Amino acid sequence: MLAKSLNRIGVVLILLFFSISAAWAETNPIWSQASSLFKQASFDKTREAVDLLANSSDPQAPVALKALLEGQLYQHKQNDSLAIIVDSTTVDVSTGQTLSTVNKDSYRKIPVNNTLRKLLRSKIGGLSLSSPDPKVRLASATGLLETVTPEQLPQLQELLGKETDPQVKDALNLALQLAALNGSDQAEKLTALKALEGNLNPIIRNKLASLTSDADTEIAKAAQSTLRSIESKVILNGQLETLFFGLSLGSVLVLAAIGLAITFGVMGVINMAHGELIMLGAYTTYFIQRLMPNYLDYSLFLAIPAAFIVSGLMGILIERTVIRHLYGRPLETLLATFGISLILQQLVRTVVSPQNVPVSNPSWMSGSLEINSLLSLTYNRLYILAFSLLVFAILYFVLRNTSLGLQVRAVSQNRAMARAMGVRSARVDALTFGLGSGIAGVAGVALSQLTNVGPNLGQSYIIDSFMVVVFGGVGNLWGTLVAGLSLGVINKFLEPWAGAVLAKILVLVFIILFIQKRPRGLFPQKGRAAGD
Amino acid sequence: MFISQILKNDRGGQIMLAVLAAVLIVVPLLNLAVADTNPLHVPTYLVTLMGKYLTYALLAVAVDLVWGYLGILSLGHGAFFALGGYAMGMYLMRQIGDRGVYGNPDLPDFMVFLNWKELPWFWQGFDMFWFAMLMVLFVPGLLAFIFGWLAFRSRVTGVYLSIMTQAMTYALMWAFLRNEMGFGGNNGLTDFKDILGFSLQSDYTRIALFIASGLALGLAYLLCRFIINSKLGRITVAIRDAESRTHFVGYKVENYKVWIFTVSAMLAGVAGALYVPQVGIINPSEFSPLNSIEIVIWVAMGGRATLYGAVLGAILVNYAKTVFTGLMPESWLFMLGALFVLVTLYLPRGLAGVWVSLKTSFGRKRGVAA
Repeated sequence: MLAKSLNRIGVVLILLFFSISAAWAETNPIWSQASSLFKQASFDKTREAVDLLANSSDPQAPVALKALLEGQLYQHKQNDSLAIIVDSTTVDVSTGQTLSTVNKDSYRKIPVNNTLRKLLRSKIGGLSLSSPDPKVRLASATGLLETVTPEQLPQLQELLGKETDPQVKDALNLALQLAALNGSDQAEKLTALKALEGNLNPIIRNKLASLTSDADTEIAKAAQSTLRSIESKVILNGQLETLFFGLSLGSVLVLAAIGLAITFGVMGVINMAHGELIMLGAYTTYFIQRLMPNYLDYSLFLAIPAAFIVSGLMGILIERTVIRHLYGRPLETLLATFGISLILQQLVRTVVSPQNVPVSNPSWMSGSLEINSLLSLTYNRLYILAFSLLVFAILYFVLRNTSLGLQVRAVSQNRAMARAMGVRSARVDALTFGLGSGIAGVAGVALSQLTNVGPNLGQSYIIDSFMVVVFGGVGNLWGTLVAGLSLGVINKFLEPWAGAVLAKILVLVFIILFIQKRPRGLFPQKGRAAGD
Repeated sequence: MFISQILKNDRGGQIMLAVLAAVLIVVPLLNLAVADTNPLHVPTYLVTLMGKYLTYALLAVAVDLVWGYLGILSLGHGAFFALGGYAMGMYLMRQIGDRGVYGNPDLPDFMVFLNWKELPWFWQGFDMFWFAMLMVLFVPGLLAFIFGWLAFRSRVTGVYLSIMTQAMTYALMWAFLRNEMGFGGNNGLTDFKDILGFSLQSDYTRIALFIASGLALGLAYLLCRFIINSKLGRITVAIRDAESRTHFVGYKVENYKVWIFTVSAMLAGVAGALYVPQVGIINPSEFSPLNSIEIVIWVAMGGRATLYGAVLGAILVNYAKTVFTGLMPESWLFMLGALFVLVTLYLPRGLAGVWVSLKTSFGRKRGVAA
């Protein structure tokens, strides 16, 4: 960890140096002083040289110190120049340039002992801790955690006083506590233990675990209680993460099922081709991205309305040509729409490709939101969770507060009466089905960001979607939302101890049993709308 | 006679069974007694193919019993079929003995591969043919009984039931895909050697299986027809047409439903058991929801609630499948999809319905002329 971050700092510094070395060809006089000190080959003199370099502002100084710590610093036997030799590459320390033809035998390794190593570590840490770049400071402060010693306490306190960046401050504070824990003062140790309560850093946890068997019973006890508080927080974070994954899966289920909640729930039409309408939405995303390869970041904003239109029109086409003739015969509708799903699948296989197609994620969807060192939420899942709630809200609004929604509800509750009041039921049927199908297309856009887009995409969601709608209660949008999210969460909480496949099976069995107990789902429709 | 009593007023069934009997006699003769060079010779692979169709027909009869006469659209009969198939497959696996790749006399190859030390408890007894055959009936029957008992008692009907049966077969597919289940995981059970000591490769065994499939179909047909003609059958039709009314008249609707559903599942299990030795493999793909829903279209195509229509539909659709997947594999799903749409839209009573309406319109014309 330390070596890695220092390495990175070293690389940064070397690059920095190269960029300015042309203008700054002359070498700093401290190098010749250091060389003469190193040449005397005594640990005391080396110590002086280290101090000299550490106090200099030369950009190569940390590189040299680091090399010295790792036993990679060599001195030329004749001209006294210092060089870093790693494997077969030799780099001149004062200039940072790679030397070409070098005979390793003409160099002498500069020896270090443990006292020197300790000194070097704190000096290097101190050097990069006072670097002007807060990122470098943060990296070195974090790196410090593994090696911090009680001797560094005063230095750390001084740095903390000067520090302005809050993140670096936190890391320095942690280092301070750790330094106190590594020290011998009991009172300091106890305050440090108190202060570390609830900290999630794994290094702290290791340190505490070793302290629980401390000879001093008071410290051991305090360490145990702190460790317990930390562990309960770790578990809580684990639960939160599972909850997030569950909600994420649930939001996908809600997205996939919500269009079905309209066609099945409100119209009573079993649409087995619903999954394929989702698939069409995902393929629309793919084609939009192919059309505008230079604007991938914005393609989704175009893909959402496009997918809504493509799937919605396909839905209206299906309704007008097939389903219209089968109202009141739900089992036949099921079979006919299943046939349509086969045709659509094969159509995609023949026209596009039987393989999965690549859909890329826009850059603003990658990355993750870090809550703490254990819990980070990926942006794509967060966005899709938010998106599914948004889609739900819009749909809810459309059904509650628009004239179309009013007509849809009227037709679904009493077709004959609605017609008598002047509602054109055939048109409402087509529009409702188009709406449900369009939502499926929008779900496809979201799914294309999470899973593979291929001809079988829809098939893998259709049964789950039906489960969500049936579980939530047909004809009830809220039921779909609650059912989808809770099924997702149940699934993810079962997974750790049952495995992914068994969790899926258990959820299915659970729903099958649940439906036996409550055949009309979680939120059954009441009154006349409940129908037969 | 008993059989003619059952088949009274069932012209379609009479014709179907007569054709079946003729095929069962003629095909083996054409295979065994006619020389290879003769154009009338039926090669063995064709016999096996026909045997496979016959098991599908049996499966379709089972579905027609519940869908046509009870009004339950089961999208899970593929699961019962596959369970019967697995029971037979387990027997055939045990028959391999030490002839497997690993040569282990006690364990099937895949268990050796998974490093299992001994046979799991649910594999015990499957080395005995009678036990395996009992399980062919018992396992699908038990599942159907439990599922039906739960579902019908709480009045889960119509599309809800269809979706639940689909979820059932879907869950079973995922379960059987797991290696830990002990049924060979994704690969299923295969590499069978012989049945009852007869090699599965020999022509005679294949013909015997073909005849067994035909006999099973014929017997199952008679059984279903017998059930439908009985008082029980009339109640099932009443349930199909007016469930609430039947219920209020005083019949325990759920009991009738459970028993018919269970019998149907057992028939599906028998079909699966005859199917597996003829195709030589059983794997979790048989549980896939697509398979189950395909059976329904066979029945719809042939004609619901006729029984012989189911046989006709199963054989026709599967023959078409064999031909078209061979000729142009791409087109088959288009055709199957179109079949679903067109049959439900334009042939609600299937081919049998076409025949019946042709006959009546022809009969009426003749009546007018006379």
